[in-house]
Amino acid sequence: MRHTCLRRVVTAASIALTTGVDACEKARANPAEDTAAVRLAAAPLPNGIALPAGVTGTQGDGEWTMPARDFASSRYSPLSDINVANVGNLKVTMNMSTGVLQGHEGQPLVIGSTMYVVTPYPNKLFSIDLTKPGGVVNWTFSPGTSDRAVGIACCDIVNRGAAYADGKIIYNTLDAHTVAVDAKTGKEVWRTQVGDINIGETVTMAPLIVKGKVLVGNSGGELGVRGHLTALDVTTGKQVWKAWSTGSDADVLIGPDFKAFYPRDRGANLGLSTWTKDQWKLGGGTVWGWLSYDPNLNLIYYGTGNPGVWNADLRPGDNKWSITLFARDPDTGQAKWAYQFVKHDAWDYDEIMENVLVDMPFNGQQRKLLIHPGRTGFVYVFDRTNGELLKAETYQPVTWAKSVDLKTGETVEVPEKRTHDGVITRGICPSSTGAKDQQPSAFSPRTGLLYIPAHNVCMDYEGVEANYIAGTPYVGASVRMYPGPGDGRRGELVAWDPVKGQPVCSIKEDLPLWSGILATAGDVVFYGTMDGWFKAIDARNCAPLWQFKTGSGVVGNPIAYRGPDGKQYIAVYSGVGGWMGAIAFPSVSIDDPYTALGAAGAVPDIKEKTRMGGMLYVFGF
Amino acid sequence: MSSDSEGHTAVRVWHENMALCLPLLVFGVMAMSPASRSEQPSLRVCADPNNLPFSDSAENGFENRIATLIARGRGQRLEYTWWPARRGFIRNTLRAGRCDIVMGVPSSYELTLPSTPYYRSTYVFVTRTDRHLAVRSFDDTVLRHLRIGIHMMGDDYANSPAALSLQRRRLGAQIIGYMIYGDYSKPHPPSALINAVTRGDVDVAVAWGPLAGYFAKQSRVPLTLANVSPAIDLPFTPFVFDIALGVRRGDTARRAMLDSELVRHRVDIERILRDFGVPLLNARAR
Repeated sequence: MRHTCLRRVVTAASIALTTGVDACEKARANPAEDTAAVRLAAAPLPNGIALPAGVTGTQGDGEWTMPARDFASSRYSPLSDINVANVGNLKVTMNMSTGVLQGHEGQPLVIGSTMYVVTPYPNKLFSIDLTKPGGVVNWTFSPGTSDRAVGIACCDIVNRGAAYADGKIIYNTLDAHTVAVDAKTGKEVWRTQVGDINIGETVTMAPLIVKGKVLVGNSGGELGVRGHLTALDVTTGKQVWKAWSTGSDADVLIGPDFKAFYPRDRGANLGLSTWTKDQWKLGGGTVWGWLSYDPNLNLIYYGTGNPGVWNADLRPGDNKWSITLFARDPDTGQAKWAYQFVKHDAWDYDEIMENVLVDMPFNGQQRKLLIHPGRTGFVYVFDRTNGELLKAETYQPVTWAKSVDLKTGETVEVPEKRTHDGVITRGICPSSTGAKDQQPSAFSPRTGLLYIPAHNVCMDYEGVEANYIAGTPYVGASVRMYPGPGDGRRGELVAWDPVKGQPVCSIKEDLPLWSGILATAGDVVFYGTMDGWFKAIDARNCAPLWQFKTGSGVVGNPIAYRGPDGKQYIAVYSGVGGWMGAIAFPSVSIDDPYTALGAAGAVPDIKEKTRMGGMLYVFGF
Repeated sequence: MSSDSEGHTAVRVWHENMALCLPLLVFGVMAMSPASRSEQPSLRVCADPNNLPFSDSAENGFENRIATLIARGRGQRLEYTWWPARRGFIRNTLRAGRCDIVMGVPSSYELTLPSTPYYRSTYVFVTRTDRHLAVRSFDDTVLRHLRIGIHMMGDDYANSPAALSLQRRRLGAQIIGYMIYGDYSKPHPPSALINAVTRGDVDVAVAWGPLAGYFAKQSRVPLTLANVSPAIDLPFTPFVFDIALGVRRGDTARRAMLDSELVRHRVDIERILRDFGVPLLNARAR
């Protein structure tokens, strides 16, 4: 079947970006042969900014084959049919219920003329034929995720999506398995257990597939799980390597090639020696966020979660390698460098956030950058070749720290904001939920800006109260969260200049932003709100351009793709959930401000503003 | 819907005073209508299927025995919703309306409306008797040289009270943590802490009394239990807790019913608790 390729609207400013990309027919015929996207990414714009070469892989410019579209984690689409001039005309062109009423984090994939959607638990996979009006489901794959995962894991039953490679759709199930499904037939190709739900391990993250290896990390730091990243062979599902986040250098895969930039991160077996006794075995540092990859440097990048057991006083020491940015060789898993963002965490600031890889001028020099918008409230900018921290500036109110010393890599903390058992500490900003959580930002090489979904929420860490688990009474600190300084608005889309270390423009939102961001070559930025609005703004000045009210809160990540009809579309999930969003669920009470680890105090109004849902929306002309 | 997330419900029917057991295991909370002349609604209990000595799916825990006592006395069917007792337990069971009673909660537990407490127990020091360690207080100097096992709660900045008292005395480095959740594929995972004392992995454990009492009775080597003294480590760390039944907040009629049932069965309840080795404080007829 032959599909028409519509001629794209090419503005003068976007010529550099779109030159040589008018090859959609070819892309459709055989996406693997289309190298235009590679050339596109490699060629810097007149502003000198580019995504690293090769990061879009072999996909066509209208496809979305991995979680953030490219290995750079940019969430940038080179499509520009939908642009600043016409986005106001967007309409719903297709929608579909997934049949699951839970938090729909993550994003769909589009490969050729097929869209793939993974649901929260029970983790169904839908294949949707985009050539048929309204989208027709080709097949549904049910992985048979164990219902025990819900009871044992208890907290979050979200899924952050799939990745495509080797003719397979590959994703993770809540009960800690990775499954590979034939993209055409919907038949299971292989399945590998990557964790044990009996000890509280689950998997919610989206895998990244690099050089024939499926990279998968675990969740469950709250239950004393020890974090790891595992590489599976894309053909067989067999484990190739496994890198633990705590323990000996042999376990962490730290060898002779390891060169941390800062002395603070150097030394033998720090994954053991920065813990007392056997505490590293419960050490957390789970890998439940996003992964990036630079094909030329041959390095993967990811951050680890908070250290196991939250109480800092119970685990004296730096607690390496929790809350750490790792650079590793994808072939062997061996660490090349590491940087621990927060030593001896006392706030649950896990740093599993996306690491956006960009080549751009920085202080007069062309640099290979890694931009990490942190839960801590800082945007960190690294030289990704060696782990040198080039800049760290706050993008939301921060009281726990004053600054980060770029010479030593050390954070200048405010000691009285450290939490201690039995000590009341007030006015900690950001709260444990962070200045942002897992919801990923987007970067546009056209503007050079990072679009960050941010939260302005602070917390008090209060006295001890009786609590109860597994038949055992215990004492827990009460954490109460509340809107941070300002006018009470708890969310903000921040357009951040990583070179200057300051915002260019922003939009305040009532509720914390729990959706991911999409940036496009049409200079439109898309995002959603927890009360269900899906919005488009101007990438250059944050001016609102369009909005649509979906049926439930948006906590998913929008994507752009080109349909079989040659037109550009935007897709996003609507279905509130996740840490804060779950407070909208009827079973979660808000009469106790300490509910959901204290988050209920931050969004007590969310029940009035949205209800549970589970929808895919597609917008176009 | 075979992979739905709902809890498993077992229904046990009491015919008048005759103990005719009819255990049925079904998925989901379904309205079962077994051949019963009684039109009484069921006594619906939320419980962990794998947490002796408190409860298990074979109904061998002391909370199961007490629930049976109450149901039998009232001629009600007893119906369980099984769910692992960890974060989300109250939300997924009691608050989701799948069941109405949690058989054990601290009397100040804010997630539920607690009944009048029906027992008071204490944290205990657990040691191998052959070690002759005689630990009774966190101020005992012998602790400075011991490996001390405690349960780790994991999230919510949650702690065994022992963790607070040990840290306050700068004994934090002596602590070896055992996750309260443990390995759920094994029977009653919190017992790993007591097994650690038996095996000598730790010198002393500080454990909640009902759990320690039950597993100490079954230990292959004699264990010594000593109540943590004093009961409150000043200024505010409690080691003694009153335990009550919990119902949904606002469910005052059911609480009143349960309060009177607890009075009615108090002798039998105390006997059950003693049979299970629960260390009881301020108990009647002691």
